[in-house]
Amino acid sequence: MTLLAVQDLAVARGGLRTVEGVSFALDAGQALILRGPNGIGKTTLLRAVAGLQPPVAGRIEMADDAVAYAAHADGLKGALTVTENLAFWAQIFGGGDVAGAIAAMDLTGLAHRPAAALSAGQKRRLGLARLMVARRPLWVLDEPTVSLDAASVARFAAMVRGHLAQGGAALIATHIDLGLDAGVLDLTPYRARADSTARPAGFNEAFA
Amino acid sequence: MIALLRRDLRLAIRAGGGFGLGVAFFLILCALVPFGVGPDTAALQPIAPGILWLGALLACLLSLDRIFALDHEDGSLDLLATSPLPLEGAVAIKALAHWITTGLPLIVAAPLFGILLHLPGAAVPALLASLLLGTPALSMLGAFGAAVTVGLRRGGLLLSLLVLPLYIPTLIFGTEMIRRGQEGGDTGTPLLFLAGITAGVLAVIPFAAAAALRVNLR
Repeated sequence: MTLLAVQDLAVARGGLRTVEGVSFALDAGQALILRGPNGIGKTTLLRAVAGLQPPVAGRIEMADDAVAYAAHADGLKGALTVTENLAFWAQIFGGGDVAGAIAAMDLTGLAHRPAAALSAGQKRRLGLARLMVARRPLWVLDEPTVSLDAASVARFAAMVRGHLAQGGAALIATHIDLGLDAGVLDLTPYRARADSTARPAGFNEAFA
Repeated sequence: MIALLRRDLRLAIRAGGGFGLGVAFFLILCALVPFGVGPDTAALQPIAPGILWLGALLACLLSLDRIFALDHEDGSLDLLATSPLPLEGAVAIKALAHWITTGLPLIVAAPLFGILLHLPGAAVPALLASLLLGTPALSMLGAFGAAVTVGLRRGGLLLSLLVLPLYIPTLIFGTEMIRRGQEGGDTGTPLLFLAGITAGVLAVIPFAAAAALRVNLR
């Protein structure tokens, strides 16, 4: 079953195209790693797939409400505890196993600490635990391993493997080797051509 | 949706949430005016409705930029936009949370602060009714302004410039209603106008604000 099909996609940031002509498909149980130099448009592409910004050209085909998105900001409230933060997102996304997600990311001992008191890596783990309670088939992850230590990276990789085994799929922009059995898509050849900067993303992005 | 409302209320009550900030500002304004214009009933009574409504309006404005800015900073807004919750619903809930944490305490405190401004007791029902009907529109219009300016550095000033003109109709009919209540006149007409403005705002603004948020999230 194809969870995500991207055809001839072009995305723009700040009115200029970053990558164009990108096509790929993700079936259930598959993961795809996005690579490419800084500024090539990995984040922009992921935001387009997550539905946060419209593509300039091309098509993104997937079911409604299929994406769980995780980016640099984890969407945590410092005044709420670890459990409260996670329970909130579980409720918003239709209920997952909060205690199980906390255990999977090794946060059990911190469950009643306010999120503001967590270290950067612990916050990241909490942000990733949110993916488990969101219960969405397609994970769209932007640099998920930032500020994680080696043990946490392994834990996260196991979590992704478990998600794939359950028929999910993952689209991950990362520069480290997660040890996943995943395809790799290097965006470098898809960099928007210089002449395409003469074709702005829209005559007025705000009203596009 | 209930989860979002509960979270916003919980955040407002916890440390640094700013619950009560609006009421404190309202109290300071109402306490300072008699020092400024003199404590005579003759001087205070005619301006009491205007001061009360201006105080409520500015107190409301004080916490507006927090409606979406904090959620935008920590990434919650992106996640809410990808959640099954419609963005229009999220806007309405966040405006409701703002009203409960800012508007509702103002309404409760207003009769008390009216005494500071020598507002006659006969005008208190009109004061309560006008605030009850008018402040939801303030929160909702504020949510629209916050949605338009989300992500802008120092968006607070722009937010005030955008929102204050939209508050004018509510201000006019709100003060008119209290003034008529003070004089024992008919408060029906301003009440209907106030209710009409609020109903229109509540119906339209969630869609406008959600559209503004979608543009700003790109």
